[in-house]
Amino acid sequence: MTKVSLELGSGGRLMREFLAGKIVPAFRDPLLGELSDAAHLPGGIAFTTDSYVVDPLVFPGGDIGALAVNGTVNDLVVAGAEPRFLSLAFILEEGLETATLDRVIGSVRNAARRAGVRVVTGDTKVVRRGQGDKIYINTAGVGRTVARPRLDRVRKGDKLILTGTLGDHSLAVMLARGEFGLRSSVRSDCAPLLFLLPLWRAGARWMRDVTRGGLATVLSELAERLPCPVLIEEDKVPLSRPVRAASDLLGIDPLYMACEGKAVIVAPAAKAAALLARVRRHPLGRRAAVIGEVQGRVGRPGELLLRTSAGGLRLLEPLTSELLPRIC
Amino acid sequence: MCLAVPAKIVRLEAGGQGAASYMGSEVRANFSLVPQARPGDWVIIHAGFAISVVDAKEARATLRLFKEMAAAERR
Amino acid sequence: MKELRDPAALRGLLEDIRARAGRLRRTPRLMEVCGTHTMALFRSGLTPLLAEAGVEMVSGPGCPVCITPNAVHEAAIAAVTGAEGLTLAAFGDMTRVPTRRGSLQTAVPARGSRLRIVYSPEEALDEARREPGREVVFFGAGFETTIPAVAYTVKRAAAEGLRNFSVLPALWLVPPALKAVLDAREVAVDGFIYPGHVSAVIGAGPYEFAARDYGVPGAIAGFEPGDILLAVRSVLGQMAAGKPEVALEYGRAVAREGNAAARALMDEVLEPYDAVWRGLGKIPRSGLRFRPEYAGFDAGRRYAAAGGAEAAADMKGCRCGDVLRGAIRPESCRLFGKACRPDAPAGPCMVSYEGACLIHFKYGPAGRGRT
Repeated sequence: MTKVSLELGSGGRLMREFLAGKIVPAFRDPLLGELSDAAHLPGGIAFTTDSYVVDPLVFPGGDIGALAVNGTVNDLVVAGAEPRFLSLAFILEEGLETATLDRVIGSVRNAARRAGVRVVTGDTKVVRRGQGDKIYINTAGVGRTVARPRLDRVRKGDKLILTGTLGDHSLAVMLARGEFGLRSSVRSDCAPLLFLLPLWRAGARWMRDVTRGGLATVLSELAERLPCPVLIEEDKVPLSRPVRAASDLLGIDPLYMACEGKAVIVAPAAKAAALLARVRRHPLGRRAAVIGEVQGRVGRPGELLLRTSAGGLRLLEPLTSELLPRIC
Repeated sequence: MCLAVPAKIVRLEAGGQGAASYMGSEVRANFSLVPQARPGDWVIIHAGFAISVVDAKEARATLRLFKEMAAAERR
Repeated sequence: MKELRDPAALRGLLEDIRARAGRLRRTPRLMEVCGTHTMALFRSGLTPLLAEAGVEMVSGPGCPVCITPNAVHEAAIAAVTGAEGLTLAAFGDMTRVPTRRGSLQTAVPARGSRLRIVYSPEEALDEARREPGREVVFFGAGFETTIPAVAYTVKRAAAEGLRNFSVLPALWLVPPALKAVLDAREVAVDGFIYPGHVSAVIGAGPYEFAARDYGVPGAIAGFEPGDILLAVRSVLGQMAAGKPEVALEYGRAVAREGNAAARALMDEVLEPYDAVWRGLGKIPRSGLRFRPEYAGFDAGRRYAAAGGAEAAADMKGCRCGDVLRGAIRPESCRLFGKACRPDAPAGPCMVSYEGACLIHFKYGPAGRGRT
């Protein structure tokens, strides 16, 4: 008898197999079959949903309330939609302090205001103590379609723009648990990516926010759907000092660490410089960089390759297991 | 088999405890295995324990060697 | 230390290595003993570059996750599933090894029990101090680098009279295993890249038998790409000169005599015994167990009954043992990439970050993707 393991939810291969093997065939809907961040419905409406669980609820740079808004907002933005409306559903554990709930509601309100979205419907359920962990949130988002990502137009020579440093969210949450005796100034990058919306008009072909599974997982999935390999350069990938330090100390690869306010953009070579400049003008995009390209010089179709600092090449796989600190 | 990093001791407390700094982050560690170490020294930290004191002279010599090799290669 | 990753310096070193390898009669085969070296070689992309320069690298038995037999992993699972109100603390990569009882990650703990991933053994000791009513078992796995830390926690627990703390020992010694690899003659090893951080504790002396009795050269290496290339260059130099020794190419972190304080602590708490390694079998004096005065802290004794058979079987078809000896490459195992993948591993070498199978799977066969 097989049982659901934590890995199924870690955003890696197991989850993709679950979606492709169980969810897609169960409904056979062309809109669902695209498995994009949001579905573009008839009438120029985009629709998405996401659930949020995080321990601890509050961490440097954010909390579960801010995550629940920004995560759904970002799913709409990278699918080519301007976020407009959100639903907000809570599953609360009996015994939760109301002050905690108030704090979370306050941060949902602030985040929604910042992102310019209205919370217009919702639901609340309470489960017995021990049957849930304090607060779970689900949000659905509705937006106005401004562009359709065009994977079919991605060409050899197209550039990959990463909008900032990797792994800050992952690390902030890990350290907020007080584990591993590590302290640093790291803060979650949890933020709305609305400033990327105008990039669609300026020539961006495709975007994806870098969440669970990290950059390597996002780009492996991209590479699998393209006719030519994707190459990124280790030296060009921006990292904050706390993330560099933690990755050395705990042996965790930043390429697989989650963000909550970063995206990767595919841009035509001719427009890449202009798009990069636009991203960098925004405070959230100051450390953006061109980190690689879709190319035909090395590798085979479907592959994601990394040019290492030492000059070697290595194949990157999607995340296959939960990130664990290791000593060896 | 043994992931470890060089970090600089920032604090030594009673009972062998203390903290070291690595790239601006602070990591708690146990210094009982390197009784000769003093704050400001660099140590190799593995699984929360300092296992050796870095020899600054040797470290500088290695750095110098690599700088020279890089320069020779670029000429 | 980014100088040690400088591509120009590495190119220069690789050219030197190519020239030295070219002067030897056959392609030199070097064993990097330590899994962290295997990892560093693949992550930095050096393995194919070294192959191109005429040096063949084979992985050695230096991965504690991999060489710990299933019986020990099963004892850990038995402890957390069989006893209530217990914390099993373990290093991250020890938790995914598949056994007939599943893995620590998939095992459902008994009521009130839990699995906790720690970075330092002291985190486990702290929990035992904080919660006197809770049994805390630390799955103490590792080589000489980690062993002093494990010995430290047990000595502290004894001094503080902590009766709710114990250690499930899986403590392995590198030099006896290298002797076993040489004695088996299954793999012709021309030289060793010795593990830098193990050496920080034991020093250079314990490897000298390889040069003296077997004529096999070697060098102690650090973990930056430049460190490893320096050690490879040194070994090729020893081969050419016909003067095998234990060269120290990681002098900034390793003293020739090692760390005496750490060794004294190991010696005070632990004693050697003839341990069974996965793949290598029983090796004389290759493992450490608690001395009689500390035997009360041995979780193996507390939970062995639940752990069951002495010789817990490996998963069917798994050839991790052969991979660990360097007898076959991971790709030669019938399960590799098919019935055994990182998300559904059949053996520990596909689990550990430094397991040869996982590394080969993740980073591809050498040269893949190169033009």
